[in-house]
Amino acid sequence: MSEPMTALQGDSFAGYVTVSEDEPRGMIQLRGDLDSSSLRDALQAAIGCGVPDPLAIATGDRGAVAWMSPDELLLLTSPDAAAGTLSQLSEALGDAHHLALDVSDMRAAIRLEGAGVREVLAKVTPIDMATMTPGTFRRTRLSQIPAAVWLSDERTAHVLCFRSVGRYAFDVLAISSRKGGEVGAFQGFRAPH
Amino acid sequence: MLILDCPYCGATCDETELTAGGEAHLTRHGPGSEDVDFETYLFMRENPKGPHFERWRHAAGCGKWFHAARHTVTMQVFGTYPAQTVEPPQEILDRISEAHPGWSWRSYGDRT
Amino acid sequence: MSHRLPTGGRRLTRSRRLNFTFDGKAREGVQGDTLASALMAGGQVLMGRSFKYHRPRGPVSAGHEEPNALVGIGQGSRFEPNQRATAAVLHEGMTAVSQNRFPTLENDIGAVNAKLSRFLPAGFYYKTFLWPASFWKSVYEPFIRQSAGLGRPPEGEDADRYEHFHFHCDVAVVGGGVAGIEAALNAAREGKRVLLMEQDRVWGGRTITDAGIDGIELGGQSPEAWVEDRIAELAAMENVTLRLNLQGSGVYDHGYLTAYEWVTDDRPGADAPRHRLWRIRTGLIVTATGAIERPLPFAGNDIPGVMLASAVRDYVCDYAVSPGKRVVVVTNNDDAYRTALALHGAGVEVPAVVDARPEVKGPLAARVRDAGIEILTASGIKALGGKKVSEVKVCDIDGDGTPTRTLRCAAVAMSGGWSPVPHLWSHCGGKLLWDEERAFFYPDPDRPPLGADGKGMVAAVGAAAGDLTLSESGVLGQVTLNEHAMRPVWIMPTGAGPELRSKMFLDYQNDVKVSDVQLAAREGFVSVEHAKRYTTLGMATDQGKLSNINGLAVLAGEVGSPIPQVGTTTFRPPYVPISMGAIAGEARGKIFQPLRRTPIHDWHEANGADWEPVGHWRRPYTYLKEGEDREAAVNREVKNARESLGLLDASTLGKIIVKGPDAGRFMDLLYTNMMSTLKVGRCRYGLMCSENGFLMDDGVVARLSDDTFLCHTTTGGADRIHAHMEEWLQTEWWDMKVYTSNVTEQWAQIAVVGPNARKTLEKLGGMDVSKEAMAFMDWADGQIAGIPARVFRISFSGELSFEVAVPANRGRELWEKLLSAGEEFGVTPYGTEGLHVLRAEKGFIMIGDESDGTVIPQDLNMQWAISKKKEDFIGKRGQERIHMTDPKRWTLVGLQTLDGGKLPDGAYAVAEGTNANGQRNTQGRVTSTYHSPTLGHGIAMGLVLNGPDRMGEVLEFPGTDGRVYKARIVDPVFYDKEGTKQDV
Repeated sequence: MSEPMTALQGDSFAGYVTVSEDEPRGMIQLRGDLDSSSLRDALQAAIGCGVPDPLAIATGDRGAVAWMSPDELLLLTSPDAAAGTLSQLSEALGDAHHLALDVSDMRAAIRLEGAGVREVLAKVTPIDMATMTPGTFRRTRLSQIPAAVWLSDERTAHVLCFRSVGRYAFDVLAISSRKGGEVGAFQGFRAPH
Repeated sequence: MLILDCPYCGATCDETELTAGGEAHLTRHGPGSEDVDFETYLFMRENPKGPHFERWRHAAGCGKWFHAARHTVTMQVFGTYPAQTVEPPQEILDRISEAHPGWSWRSYGDRT
Repeated sequence: MSHRLPTGGRRLTRSRRLNFTFDGKAREGVQGDTLASALMAGGQVLMGRSFKYHRPRGPVSAGHEEPNALVGIGQGSRFEPNQRATAAVLHEGMTAVSQNRFPTLENDIGAVNAKLSRFLPAGFYYKTFLWPASFWKSVYEPFIRQSAGLGRPPEGEDADRYEHFHFHCDVAVVGGGVAGIEAALNAAREGKRVLLMEQDRVWGGRTITDAGIDGIELGGQSPEAWVEDRIAELAAMENVTLRLNLQGSGVYDHGYLTAYEWVTDDRPGADAPRHRLWRIRTGLIVTATGAIERPLPFAGNDIPGVMLASAVRDYVCDYAVSPGKRVVVVTNNDDAYRTALALHGAGVEVPAVVDARPEVKGPLAARVRDAGIEILTASGIKALGGKKVSEVKVCDIDGDGTPTRTLRCAAVAMSGGWSPVPHLWSHCGGKLLWDEERAFFYPDPDRPPLGADGKGMVAAVGAAAGDLTLSESGVLGQVTLNEHAMRPVWIMPTGAGPELRSKMFLDYQNDVKVSDVQLAAREGFVSVEHAKRYTTLGMATDQGKLSNINGLAVLAGEVGSPIPQVGTTTFRPPYVPISMGAIAGEARGKIFQPLRRTPIHDWHEANGADWEPVGHWRRPYTYLKEGEDREAAVNREVKNARESLGLLDASTLGKIIVKGPDAGRFMDLLYTNMMSTLKVGRCRYGLMCSENGFLMDDGVVARLSDDTFLCHTTTGGADRIHAHMEEWLQTEWWDMKVYTSNVTEQWAQIAVVGPNARKTLEKLGGMDVSKEAMAFMDWADGQIAGIPARVFRISFSGELSFEVAVPANRGRELWEKLLSAGEEFGVTPYGTEGLHVLRAEKGFIMIGDESDGTVIPQDLNMQWAISKKKEDFIGKRGQERIHMTDPKRWTLVGLQTLDGGKLPDGAYAVAEGTNANGQRNTQGRVTSTYHSPTLGHGIAMGLVLNGPDRMGEVLEFPGTDGRVYKARIVDPVFYDKEGTKQDV
């Protein structure tokens, strides 16, 4: 059996930040009543964390959970845990009105690394990258497509977008991170946390 | 270019993250309705030079539809609120009255 | 002659010499020069020709407001026309060329226009190129095209790169003069996030030069030290970003400010973006944009060597350049006396200061007198000369211009007073007030443009607010030298006759004179917006930064209205022209637009795909083999699918999950069909209409479980239909318990089509796809070739067909396995055109061909897909309107040409008679047309008046090629009417 082929096939570009395909992940879309205890319990059991606040991403011992909308979460797991986590969730939620789907193949995932990750993203998204804190998860516009952006630390940013436009997003970020394009506007520019 | 606060996720949205959805608070007239009602529902729209109630979708974000009360000339935003309602919240109506005494929009506004 | 002064020039590094060329001739400047200062240092004041009369022109200003000194800079694909020599930073190897001249700048045959100026009055084009109509295309248009435009376009694709940058702050200060610096500091000290930008290469604005001439200190410091210290303080603050070479360009709603950054213009070819467009969101925009000096309208005020007094001062102090050995100063205010002092201090002779005011008092005038410079009061001038000023004639300011004295000089420094720069204030509706005493418009602090919170989002400070001097602005609590009141002068001398008025230029670039504005007013163009368009005043690339106030004052005088009543024209962004590249940003070349790729895209690319854009997707139209044209390729693909085995990458088809206790109810509202009765494990073709009743999408629905449906949409429809579902669920039926998810991209989907389709899947193994296990319109989950798969037995071709969906990352793998398994059957991938032909042979409709936003399902004989049992569905009420039930609506039929050829796409069938416009009446149109390789003749579908009742009738379709195509009305199902082929 040949290997599954991801959207970017491990591609990478070294500009003044490094743009590369992010590590493979299992992804589960979960829609339901985020306030219900059954969903919270199911999530705790499956990922090991609670429901994140709006515009946030929470981390548990078995993955991370991103807040997508008032009735939707995106669960990030290790690639081979997705199927198991999905059935565990489905079982736990039972008849409660919800929608849980394995969407591991639906998106392209890109990682940006380097001191200028905020700046490169600020070239192509309208959000305030200077003040975004690790743990914040923003769905926004990346150049001409919808995408989700978060920082895992000061030097590492992650981007998710639909698989079909993964190459476009990669090219946009690679082109925006070409050397010589350093803006230098965020250096020492931080709002009080 | 507008910025509107999404009442669902709390994000301050750039207009480029939103799609506009036209006038808010339309009443659907389906099968069995009179021609004039159906016409009003489908085609007749307010076009105020003043406070207006509109629908927006946080399309590049949480995907939710919401309503915004906005002045079409000054661009002042009086508030945004979830779409699952048939009428604007009183506090927003009050805010408009404060800024624009005597305003009216359909059946809303200051009574004289 | 203009020349470089032996000392001075605070911007210059004289030791660093820079070579450049102007019109091919080698020149030399030094580090710190602008192109204009370097040319003047070399004796060249003539830099361009005006647009209409080709009059010789030199720089008027020393900055971005320049109307005259426009040049082309760069070479080949890095060439850009219409750049302001006064703002272009000189660099080693710069190549600049003058414009609007032939054959040379010095000797331009177009200059004959100036002699004809009497015959080229305001509105010349509107008056001249009217009749006869037969001249429009062959005579007038070529003439106008020849005369239109300034400069030549660059060659080839722009070699540079550009980008955007989004920036958020609380306060964005535009202008890095003392007022801007002070405003930024105040905001920063309050803890606000501050961006301070300056269009120039240095901080401090005019104050450093002017306070220097006045000999005053700022807060006990030299002006340079004051600026330096404060910039250092700002630079050290975490909440402040400082940027030079960044110009506030446009103000838009809700605190959106665009700014334009010159990054590498002074080092072309550098591996960096040339320009960067900043897209700033800020709570408050502070415009500290200063003021711009106004020219004086005297005859000959456009001769090279006539410049703004402030520009002359800048050239002397900043660039150590004098426009001539003798420079006359002409003014109506005190500020120009600083220029006289600067010139005098640099050793340049000032024959006289000619002042329009009857008496001149105050310390500046006193200092000029003390310097031994003559002051001629109550006087005006006219300038004489050709390609440079030779002398000025002095006259009584209120007389008719009769000369009283002649002053020999090479240049004139003029000042008509100052106007605050209100552009950014005004872009979004900030209102202006007229200052009668100082004759300028300034921002009305009580009527700023409003932000989202209903509060003012722009504030003006310093000269931009009308506080022209430091003491007025109170920026420093500093008292500068007092200035004596100015005297507004709109025509110099005020009693000038027509001869002089026709030589007083208001808009230099477009050659609009006092006489033109007066003529426009006499002809009835009394509104400032009309007069602007009629005369082209302020419509050139400089947008009238120097000319607008003078122009509207002349207009006001002519129509006898006060100036504020005439008002200004509208200020629109950008403040100065910005490059198209900066607007496009990163969106060019391969990322001009998002391009959507299926998981099998790369295989298509490597195997001859002739791409067709479908929305943002790229789908193979066909796969070209060597020596094959498109038609042959499509025919091969269609025949192979019919006869043996075809493969189609159907991954682009939308796939939306609809789940919940109310899913069935919701599906019944979405689709015209009854979907709630669909059995689990089965598929049903369905139609979706808009509330207006019009057909908007179609596709196969599969019921996955009691409460879960999978809706297939068209390729272009996935996002739109998902949004449509969410809209109804969120805004109308929010009580329904339904969740949707657009899972289009989770799956790669491949249609395996043809008589050998089943055999091929059976070879790969994994699940039972026999007729017994999987009947037509069944679906099942399982595995194909070891890959988890969902198989739908559906057909859009009329053949035995399976659509196999697998996780996207396994799509390429499945595709290749299908290719090897199908090899023995001569497997042939087919593209969208093959798909179209196959479906058209079967009479299947295509959204976007048979439907166009005005077609209802009933027009397509699809009453069978419209449930009569349902009380409601989206579009039902719309379809009940009388227009929708009119029996005269055109209805779908098949069309077959009498000669077997192909009907032209979109052709109309003509009927007897003509309509009110004299056009032939019509009775139908072609919606789809193809050559059918299966049948060997052309097939088409069309909408025809009473079509289904007219089988066998022949219609005529005039083509755009002049031919009339004849086609017979037939059944739209051309192939396998009984449907036996797909049901095996």
